[in-house]
Amino acid sequence: MGKRPGRRRANAGIVVVAALVALPFVPLFLWTFAGEWRFPDLLPSEWSPRGIHYLLEPGGRVFEASANSLLIAGAVALASVAVGLPAGMALGGYAFRLKGLVVFFILLPILVPPLASTMGIHLTFIRLGLADTAFGVFLVHLVPTVPYTAIILASVFADRTGELESAARTLGASAWQAFRHVTLPGVAPGVAVAGLFAFLISWSQYILTVLIGGGQVVTLPMLLFSAASGNDPVITSALALVFVAPAVLVLVVALRYLKPEAPDGGKGLVGLGKAS
Amino acid sequence: MSVRLELEGVSHRYARDGDPALADLSISVEPGELVALLGPSGCGKTTALKVVAGLLAPTAGDVRVDGRSVLGTPPERRRAAMVFQKPLLFPHMDVAANVGFGLRMRGAPKKDSASRVREALRQVQMESLANRRPGELSGGQQQRVALARALVTDPQLLLMDEPLSALDANLRSEMRDLVKQLQRDGGVTAVFVTHDQEEAVVLADRIALLFDGVLQMYDRPQAFYDRPASRAVAGFFGATNFLEGRAANGTVRTPLGKLRLARPAPTGDVVLTIRPEALRLEGGENSFAARIASATYLGTQVDYTLETGGARLRAALPPHVRLGVGEEVTVRLPPESLWTLER
Repeated sequence: MGKRPGRRRANAGIVVVAALVALPFVPLFLWTFAGEWRFPDLLPSEWSPRGIHYLLEPGGRVFEASANSLLIAGAVALASVAVGLPAGMALGGYAFRLKGLVVFFILLPILVPPLASTMGIHLTFIRLGLADTAFGVFLVHLVPTVPYTAIILASVFADRTGELESAARTLGASAWQAFRHVTLPGVAPGVAVAGLFAFLISWSQYILTVLIGGGQVVTLPMLLFSAASGNDPVITSALALVFVAPAVLVLVVALRYLKPEAPDGGKGLVGLGKAS
Repeated sequence: MSVRLELEGVSHRYARDGDPALADLSISVEPGELVALLGPSGCGKTTALKVVAGLLAPTAGDVRVDGRSVLGTPPERRRAAMVFQKPLLFPHMDVAANVGFGLRMRGAPKKDSASRVREALRQVQMESLANRRPGELSGGQQQRVALARALVTDPQLLLMDEPLSALDANLRSEMRDLVKQLQRDGGVTAVFVTHDQEEAVVLADRIALLFDGVLQMYDRPQAFYDRPASRAVAGFFGATNFLEGRAANGTVRTPLGKLRLARPAPTGDVVLTIRPEALRLEGGENSFAARIASATYLGTQVDYTLETGGARLRAALPPHVRLGVGEEVTVRLPPESLWTLER
C-alpha cells in the first residue's frame, strides 16, 4: 500500500522521539558489561561480567531488594485500587454536596510535599511500631498513590452513564450483579491503568522508603542511590537496568492489553500495533 | 400469562421544588395490550416508563401488576424487560452472551438457556451472528439483539423507550413490524414510548398522549382523529382547521357561515375542527365558495390553502385533482366530519 507523505512525516517523528527515549539506555547497557572504559574511547576497551555477577549473586542484596520492591509495589497497587475504586465511583458517578471540597482533600496528599507530611507520619509510626517495617513503608506509599488512582478512576466512572446498568437491572440483574457483570468489565482497563500507575509510583519511591523504613527495609531505589553515590558506574548501570525493567514491561503490557475498540481493525493505543 | 398493568395517580419530580415531570398519570393496560405513551420530548413519557420498570421511584401514586403494587419490588424482580433508544448491548460480551444475560442472572440451567437464546436469535433473524461482538453489528442488528435479549427473559411487561428512533426509515418500518409481531405472538403486555404519532398509530392498541407530564387523552388511535379531546390533541395529530363559533340547536355560527352538525353539540362557545383530508370540493350542505391561495404537491396528496369569505382552510386532496392557485372552487365541510370542542 502506498504511503501518504503525511504518514511518512509522522513516522519520522515517532522514530526521533523513540530514539530520544532509547538512546540514554545505550550507555547503561555498555557500562553494565564494561570492565574498562576511559574518556576518549567510543566503546569500553575491556568487557567484564562483574555487573551481571553482582545482579545474579545468590543471596545477594539485589534479590532481596527486588523482592521487597515488587512485594511493596504490588501490595500498594492492589490497596490503591481497592480504596480508589469506591472513591472514583462516588466522584465520577454522583453529584453531591461539597464535592469540590472532597476532591480537594483527596488531592491534598499530592499537593502538600510528601516529605512534610511524612515527618509527622514517622513520629506516629514509631509510636505504633510501624516504623522500620515493610508494612509501614507500604502504608506510607499509599499517601501519593491513592489520590492518583482515585482521580483516574473518577474520570473512568464519569464517562459511564449508568444506562448499561439500568438495562442489566431490567433484565433481571441485582444491583450487585449489574456491578459485577457490567460495570467492572467495563472499567477493567481503567482499573488496570490506575493499578499500574500506583505500582510505578511505589516502585520508584525513595525518600518515603528511607524515612519510614529507616534503612531496615531495603528496596531497589535505595541500592541504586547508594551505588550512584559510590561512584561505581558498572554497578549503577546494572541496577538501573533492573530498575527500569518493570516500567518497560508495564508499558508493553498496557499497549497490548488496553487497546481501545477500533472498528477499523487497528490495534493498540495510537495505532502502534498496526502494520502499515 | 399476560398481566394487567395499572398506573394510578403516578407523579414524579426530579427536583423537590421543580415542575413535575409526570403529574397524576392514571392509565390501565389490559393483558396482552400494546400501549403507546406519545408526546413531544420532555413530556414525561420516559419518566413514566422508568417508574414502571422500577428504575425511578414515583413521588406519588401507585403502579400495580395484576392488582398488586410493585413499588416495593426492585427492578430485577419486576420481570419488566426494557428496550432503550440505544441498543445498550454489553460491549465485552458476544451476541449470544448478551441475549443470555438475563437468563444467566436468574441462574437458569445452561442447556435450557442455550436453546432459548438460539430461539430468540432466530426470532429476530440474528442466529448467524451469534458469535459477533456488538461493535461488529450495524445499528439495526444491535437493536434486534436488544429486543431478543429482552424477550428471552419471558418478561411480564415489555417496556420500549423509542427503540426505533435511532434507525433509518426503511429499517424502522421493518423493525416496527417485527416488534408488533413478537409482542402479539408472545402475548406480552407492552408499553412503548414514542414521539412519532404515526408510529404510535401503527403499533399501538391504545395511545396515551402526554403534554408536559399531563395525560391529554387515552384512547384507541382512531379516536385521536375522529374525536380529539382538545384543540391541542387535534393539532398534535395534524388537524389544522379550527373554527370558533357559537353553537345552538345543532348549528354553529362561525366566521365562515352557519354550519350544521351531524352530532348533538353543547350550546355556547365552541371550536369546530375538521381534518384537511375530510374537506370535499363539491356543493351541498355546509358548502362555501372559496379561492385556492396555495397548492403544495406532496406525491400522494396535494395540500391546498383555501381562502373563503371568513376563514382560511387547509385541504388535503388526492393528487389526481389538479387545481391551480387562484381558481374558484366550492368547498364542503361534511357534517359527519365536524368535531366540536368546548372553548
